[in-house]
Formats: sequence, C-alpha cells, structure tokens
Amino acid sequence: MKRYILVSGAFLVVLLALAFLSLAIGGFGDPPSNVLSALAGGDDRFTVVRLRLPRLVLAVLVGACLGIAGTVFQTLLGNPLASPDLIGVSQGASAAAAGAFLLGGLSGPAVSVAAFAGALVVAAIITVLSWRNGISSYRFVLIGIGIAFLVQAFLGYLLTRADLKEAQGALVWLVGSIGTPGWDEIGITAILAGVLALSMLPLRPALRMLQLGDDTATGLGVSVTRSRALLTVVAVGFAAIAVAVAGPVLFVAFVAGPIARRVVRSSEASLVASALVGAVVVVAADFLGQRALGDARVPVGVVTSLVGAPYLLWLLARDNRSRGTA
Amino acid sequence: MSPGIRRGAVLIGLAVVLALVVTASFALGTRAIDLSSTLAALTGSGEGTDAMVVIDLRGPRTLIGLAAGLALAVAGALMQGVTRNPLADPGILGVNAGASLLVVVAISVLGVSSVVGYVWFAFAGAALATVLVYLVGSGRSGATPVSLTLAGAAVTALLTAVITLVLLTDLETLSQFRFWQVGSLTARDAGTVAVVLPFIAVGLLVAIALGPRLNALSLGDDMATGLGQSVRATRIAAATAIVLLCGGATAIAGPIVFVGLVVPHVARRLVGPDYRWIIAYSVVLGPMLLLVADILGRLVVQPAELEAGLLVAALGAPVLVALVRGSRVSAL
Repeated sequence: MKRYILVSGAFLVVLLALAFLSLAIGGFGDPPSNVLSALAGGDDRFTVVRLRLPRLVLAVLVGACLGIAGTVFQTLLGNPLASPDLIGVSQGASAAAAGAFLLGGLSGPAVSVAAFAGALVVAAIITVLSWRNGISSYRFVLIGIGIAFLVQAFLGYLLTRADLKEAQGALVWLVGSIGTPGWDEIGITAILAGVLALSMLPLRPALRMLQLGDDTATGLGVSVTRSRALLTVVAVGFAAIAVAVAGPVLFVAFVAGPIARRVVRSSEASLVASALVGAVVVVAADFLGQRALGDARVPVGVVTSLVGAPYLLWLLARDNRSRGTA
Repeated sequence: MSPGIRRGAVLIGLAVVLALVVTASFALGTRAIDLSSTLAALTGSGEGTDAMVVIDLRGPRTLIGLAAGLALAVAGALMQGVTRNPLADPGILGVNAGASLLVVVAISVLGVSSVVGYVWFAFAGAALATVLVYLVGSGRSGATPVSLTLAGAAVTALLTAVITLVLLTDLETLSQFRFWQVGSLTARDAGTVAVVLPFIAVGLLVAIALGPRLNALSLGDDMATGLGQSVRATRIAAATAIVLLCGGATAIAGPIVFVGLVVPHVARRLVGPDYRWIIAYSVVLGPMLLLVADILGRLVVQPAELEAGLLVAALGAPVLVALVRGSRVSAL
C-alpha cells in the first residue's frame, strides 16, 4: 500500500513536470517568459491560458479516462489484450460520435452521449457474439478485432460521404487528436468523468475480487454477473467520453494498466495509478506531437500508436518466446 | 460422377457466373446501359456516351476488380495454408498496410510519380510487413491464429500511424487519405493495372505450383518433411507469391480487407481441404466477391457510390466472427 501511494505520488510529479513543460514550450505562439506569472495573469496570458492550458487539461482528462477504461477491461477479462482500443469499443465510440456530428449535426454533450451509445452497442455485440458457455477472453479479443474492422469501415464511409469541410472537423475521430478545445467542452468532459469516477467507487471491491476468479468472487459474496455488467458499462463510459472529445487515441488504454501494475509491483489493478499513467502518456505524446517534428503538428493519436504498437509487438514476441521454451 | 469431374463442373459453372458478373459490371451503375449496347461497346462497334462509359470508366475498374480480387483471394488461400491459420488474410495480417505505407512514402516523400516506380515500393512494403508479422506472431511453438492476428493488428496500427504521419505534412493528401483508406476500385487507371498484372500473374503461377505442397504442409511440418518436402523452401516460395499478389493488389486498389479471408473459406466449403482446388476456386470467387461488392456499391446509394472495400468489410466481418465462434479456433 505504501509503495502504491509513493508511486502514484511520483507519477503525479512527472505529470506536473510535463504539464509545466507543455505550458512553457508547447505548440502555438511564442514561448512565454514566465509560465507561473502568465497563469497568474501576467504577460503571455493569452498563449498560456487560452491556447495551451485547455489543451493540457483535456489531455490529462482524456488520458486518465482511457487509463481507467483500459485497466477495468483488462481486469474483467483477465487479458492484457482486451483493452477498448484493440477490441473495437473505442472505434465504436468514434463512429457513433462522427455519425452524430456529421449526420445529426450534433455537438457538445450530445456527441458524448452518442459515443457512449456506440461504444456500449459494440461492447454488447462483442459480448453476445463471443458468449459460448461463458466468455473466453481470446474469443472476445478476436471477435473484437473483427468488429473493429467493421466499425472502421463504417467510419470510413461516413467520412467519404461528408463534404470536405465537415470531414476535416470529423477527422479527429479517425486519428485521435486534441485540438484547442473550449472550456465548455472541457467542463462537460470533466463533469462526466467525475460522475463515472463516483460510480466507480462502490464497484472497486467487486473488481478486486473478480480478479481472483468468478468462483472465488461468488464465494466472497460478489454478485458476479451484475458486477461485471456494471463495471463494463462504467468502463465503456470512460472510454466513450475520452473518444468523444479526442477521437480514438489508440494504445493509451492498452498500456496504462500494465505499466501501472509493473511499477506498483502489485498484481492488483490500481485505478488511480492507471489514470495517472494514462494522463502522463497522453500529455507526453501530445507534447511530442506538437514539438518533435518542427513545424509539423502531429495528432496525439499518431504518436501513441507509434509508441504503443511496438510495445504490443514486443509483448506478443516475448509471450511467444516464453511459451516456446516452457 | 467422380469428385474431380464434379469439382471441375462446379468450377466451370462459377466461371460462367463470373462472366455474367463482369458483364454486369460493364452494364450497371448510375448510368444503366442495356446489354446490346454494352456488348457493342466491348466488341468495338459501339459509339457515343454509352461506349465511352463502358470502355473508359467501367473498363479499368472491372479489370482492377478482377485482378485485385484474384490476387487477394489467392494470397489469402496461400497464407491460410502456410500458417495453418484459418484467420489469415492479407488485410488482417497487415501485409496490405505495409504495401500502402511504402507507396505513400514513395509518392509524398521521394516524389515518385510513375506507377512503374512505386509498384516496387508496394512489393517492398508487403515483404517487410509479412516478415515482421510472421517473426512476431510465431514463436518456437509456431504461429497460432491468435498471436498472428494480434501481431497483424499491431503492425497495421503502427503502419497506419506512420502513413498518417507522412500524409499529415500535406493537408491536401490528408483529405484524399480518407478515400484511399477504404479501398476502392476507381482510384487507378488502366495503365497502372497493366504494370501490375505481370507480377500478379507470376504470383498466381507460383501459388498454383505450390498447391500440392500446401496439402502436405497441412498435415504438419514434420509430416511434410517426412514426405520429402523442404518446408522452408515452401514457406519462402509462398511468402514471395503473397508479396507479389498483395503488393500488386494494394498498388491498384488500396488496402482491402477480408477478401483473402472469406474467399478461401467459401472455396473450402465447396471443394474440401485440397489446396489445388481451393486455389483454383479462389481465382474465380475472389474477383466475383470484389466485383459484386463494387456493383452493389454503385447501386445502393445512387447517384453516389460506396467504395468496394466498405462493402467487402461489411460482408467479411460476420464471416470472421463466425469463424472465431466455430470449432477450429475456439479451442484456444
């Protein structure tokens, strides 16, 4: 427990350092002479407070939500590959959000609601299709990948049908990026994330016990089916609100849980640490995307894929090797 | 009737259906053209707008549908045979993404503009992705469907990110990217197809020659070796054919997923596990699937069109789900 708090504190410090860095030398505008005085209302207030701060806050929110969503999914299915961005849940949220935006002309909270509905539908479809005397996590993952292709095709269809200007606006749901969001957008996301976090609190003991296996959990007095369903809905919600504002920032949900677990050195899923890791990953990736390539502004989703996909490959290669020698 | 004759008869029947589909592909679309005008245009005696539409607009896309459908289906059959993996598909395993990436790099970074120039990049990219996915997906215990599929998904994600990165430097290409990434038969002209066709033909010949070897391989590596076969040589020859077929198909039609997955399975249903017949059936069924998807795409949302790749995905994803639910993979 002590290590858990220590590690979370360390992640928080890293996050704050990255945040400071992003505010000081992030994209757009000249570097301000003094970030702290700018925040307090001094010089360069516009660059720091209007341009960079919203972006930073949204990056933190998106990362935290994805980190939690990934960890809950991975824990529920007992499989590190079962994160929402690999199995099509994020893509479902994206397609629904893009549909709401392009076809329904919706914006703001309505897009989030649509994303949630889309993600929930995809999660339900995968669950139903992979159900055969219970859930096999690999069947779940493979069917999820198939559904992800289908949803991706639907999203492609939406984008090719829209007129060019609107499609530009909807491209965020194809690659995943954090633009310069308005405070109202951030406020809605923060409120939704807060509600979800609160509804997560009473579910945490159940999540912990489900890790021990369904039978043990039942023995410990957990209503397995109900807890699983509730946890899935909350996790889908976290993924959906992140995707609604930032698109499918791939691999964040996938890496946050395992990294947190490894650093905390606990077999238990640690939601706070995962949220912090997610936030660190997204803020760092966005910073890199803004800064690393000179004038080119790279969407955060591209950066996370470039870093996350090799990690997945490494994980697969390592698993195969250990299975071969065992 | 002996099984051989029956299989041959069904194959001929399917070839006739394919001929009908090809004719439909010339005749149907936003501007419907009646059969006699279509045939007149095809035999060179037609004139006016109808003949122009048939020859200049629908000719290339029909040709692309034939070539790409054949290439992807045969490549899928080869992949499923070599890896003994029922989920193998050039799209799912990331091979098409590899070809796409190097084509994009060739065009936008190196400034290659001729097809003859970038077709080589398509092959190099397909080869790169094939090797990468296979190395990652197969440990000493051999490649399982799960590990190969996941490796393919990871490689696709990685390569797509790099493609986006390359295209982002140019906003205009980004807006084309959305059309390109769904897979379409209308993106290239007849000249491009002519450049790519010889490669697809070579790939097809290698695939046909490999049929008997794939049958031995389906009994397991040890059994195939016992039957006097060099497993390694078979793998390398198959990989070469896959690269030629997928690189060629992607160069003319973009990254199309699921043709290589669905067609060999349908063929297997029709003719059983003999790879010589599976490949022969794939040659006919692949173009049929892609052309039917393309024709449907022209008709369902008139006067607009749906890209063939989208419809193939809509048809293919349920097949993948059914396969995963089926007995062969669920043991995992």
